[in-house]
Amino acid sequence: MGGQSPHLVNQCTTSSQGAGQRLDLPVMDRGRGIAGSGQYQLSQLQNIEAQSIHIIREVAAEFERPVLLFSGGKDSVVMLHLARKAFWPGRIPFPVMHIDTGHNFPEVLEFRDRFAEDLGVNLMVASVQESIDSGRATEESGPDPSRNRLQTRTLLDAITEHRFDAVFGGARRDEEKARAKERVYSFRDEFGQWDPKNQRPELWSLYNGRHRAGEHIRVFPLSDWTELDIWQYIADEAVDLPSIYYSHRRQVFRRDGMLLSVGPYVTPRDEEEVFEVSVRYRTVGDMTVTGAVESSSTSAEDIVLEVAASRLTERGATRADDRVSEASMEDRKREGYF
Amino acid sequence: MELLRLATAGSVDDGKSTLIGRLLYDSKAIFEDQLEAVERVSRQRGDEYTDLALLTDGLRAEREQGITIDVAYRYFATPARKFIIADTPGHIQYTRNMVTGNSTADLTIVLVDARKGIVEQTRRHAFLASLLRVPHLLLCVNKMDLVGYDREVFESIREEFAAFASRLDVGDLSFIPISALQGDNVVQRSVNMPWYEGASLLHHLEQVYISSDRNLIDPRLPVQWVIRPQATSQPDYRGYAGRVAGGVFKPGDEVMVLPSGLTTTVAAIDMFGGPIEEAFPPMSVTVRLTDDVDVSRGDLLCRPMNQPTVGQDLDAMVAWMTERPLRPGDFLALKHTTRWVRAMVRDIHYRLDVNSLHRDESVTSLDLNDVGRVSLRVTQPLFYDSYRRNRQTGSFVLAAEDTNVTVGAGMLHGPD
Repeated sequence: MGGQSPHLVNQCTTSSQGAGQRLDLPVMDRGRGIAGSGQYQLSQLQNIEAQSIHIIREVAAEFERPVLLFSGGKDSVVMLHLARKAFWPGRIPFPVMHIDTGHNFPEVLEFRDRFAEDLGVNLMVASVQESIDSGRATEESGPDPSRNRLQTRTLLDAITEHRFDAVFGGARRDEEKARAKERVYSFRDEFGQWDPKNQRPELWSLYNGRHRAGEHIRVFPLSDWTELDIWQYIADEAVDLPSIYYSHRRQVFRRDGMLLSVGPYVTPRDEEEVFEVSVRYRTVGDMTVTGAVESSSTSAEDIVLEVAASRLTERGATRADDRVSEASMEDRKREGYF
Repeated sequence: MELLRLATAGSVDDGKSTLIGRLLYDSKAIFEDQLEAVERVSRQRGDEYTDLALLTDGLRAEREQGITIDVAYRYFATPARKFIIADTPGHIQYTRNMVTGNSTADLTIVLVDARKGIVEQTRRHAFLASLLRVPHLLLCVNKMDLVGYDREVFESIREEFAAFASRLDVGDLSFIPISALQGDNVVQRSVNMPWYEGASLLHHLEQVYISSDRNLIDPRLPVQWVIRPQATSQPDYRGYAGRVAGGVFKPGDEVMVLPSGLTTTVAAIDMFGGPIEEAFPPMSVTVRLTDDVDVSRGDLLCRPMNQPTVGQDLDAMVAWMTERPLRPGDFLALKHTTRWVRAMVRDIHYRLDVNSLHRDESVTSLDLNDVGRVSLRVTQPLFYDSYRRNRQTGSFVLAAEDTNVTVGAGMLHGPD
């Protein structure tokens, strides 16, 4: 769905409408073609792409100091790709920022730097390690401590320090139950807190970013995207990603049903057997809490098929940070998490 | 694959959450870990069967109280379409939530309990869908299993509702008898209701024709952002970025810029990577003009022979969404397309009873969840169409000037 007017041609192959096949997984429609036979139609991916670009442009126009959170993860890569499209042939008119836990995958950090440089955007890095060193945050105790929750302090401090008034995040509503209730423009008070029971109504495409000094708005341009949409879009647009999203051989061990990578921040316990297997990552968070899935998918096209057939959510399958309780995402979001 | 946005509305206990849970489950949009979490909670609560409604209750307070507080968005897809459901609670903050959910919907499902028939909330939900001009309204008569799948029950509800809906502005009205709990007519046609010859709910959602619902007649492009790379490779590039709100734009079209009234020609329409042949709703594009005219955010591109209404005196239906009442003389911030202006309330003509459709002209204010006809005066002219003609250029939101909270939504009346 590049910019070369694919919209005007009916390139859709009619999908089978037979009663018995109606619930087949939607993998054969590549999101590219134009559904139906009429003119002036957008595919669903073109539709949500247009919506995301509209949101990104609104924010650039209405806020003084926006910033886009960029981790090198697939959602933030797609978001940054959309920002590039929104302002082409001009430059993206805001910086990007990574909240670096210090426990990131090296492949992802390398990608982060290269992608930002290719796009010519200003990359800022806020360090959780510095928050710990300065006493603003306290490392969790115990073996292999997770820094997932500590990111909130670092993020809020960076927002205050740089006086950011709009913060783009790559969260999607299909990810998690609390996120399903999030607005596109999500208001945060001076403590960075989200109040899920007192959100601004959001109608049509009329976003209300009004706020007082010290308050800010989290903006989620990918709200209406699903995991499958993200992968179809990556495949269609040939979006570059960190290598660990694709199948590779890795030394892992099994903990709480997840495959964790052996590395500097994760140590297998005595009873945990280390083995090598072909894996890929569905999400790329901290090495301490992000599990790999066994996979032989080496391309985005392979992954579209794999995701469509998957019976587990990406967070359920791969994120220990979301397994703490039924409401752990809700609690972290209230505190000011992504 | 096309996109269909739908809103659901229902009263407490009419099985709306169960219906959504079943649609998601049967279309494989529910994952095993989500289902396990729901089964676990159901067991803990001692439910007799797995409560699919739990799939849609996102917040802790909702699970604790067994109610839905806020609009939640759900996603599922079949080979034909991707669906986005705005799931709105029918009991608390109903106007606020339903107006929100319906504002972007292509289709609204109103659920009725077959044992209870049309109740006050049914009429209210249908009215709000018509107020927001959702093009397709679908009445699902649920719990048919509890009335013995009786055709007479369905027909009598259908007749009563059709009579009521004839007083509303409903473009396309359909009826389906279902049992969300048993799955009758949800995904597969029911064997228990051979007398029903229409489509199952999912089949209806896949087939309903939505392409003609957009305005492709009146070209409108509210300018969001001016792209000026000022790079040596593109020294003179100047593009006006925005989302097409109506009509079709092509290179060579004569266009008028509002508010200046200057006319010029479309030189090119760009998307990422290069020019395209035409732009239509809801595309996000960048338009270049042949003449060096002054255009900035908040301006609007239209055609000289097809201009919107330009004016500072607005007449609108307003849905009020906050505790503090709306009164004549109040000042508010108003956002319309890409501009914020200041608005003063001149008059409140009547409050519309959303249950009886009765106009109460004695009111002097609008309270929380009220809908009424309001006159406003704004500080700068707006370029607008009537809401019935264009949902994008005919709508606005109101924010309180002190708290900045969104407090109202407006649908404009125009000359037509």
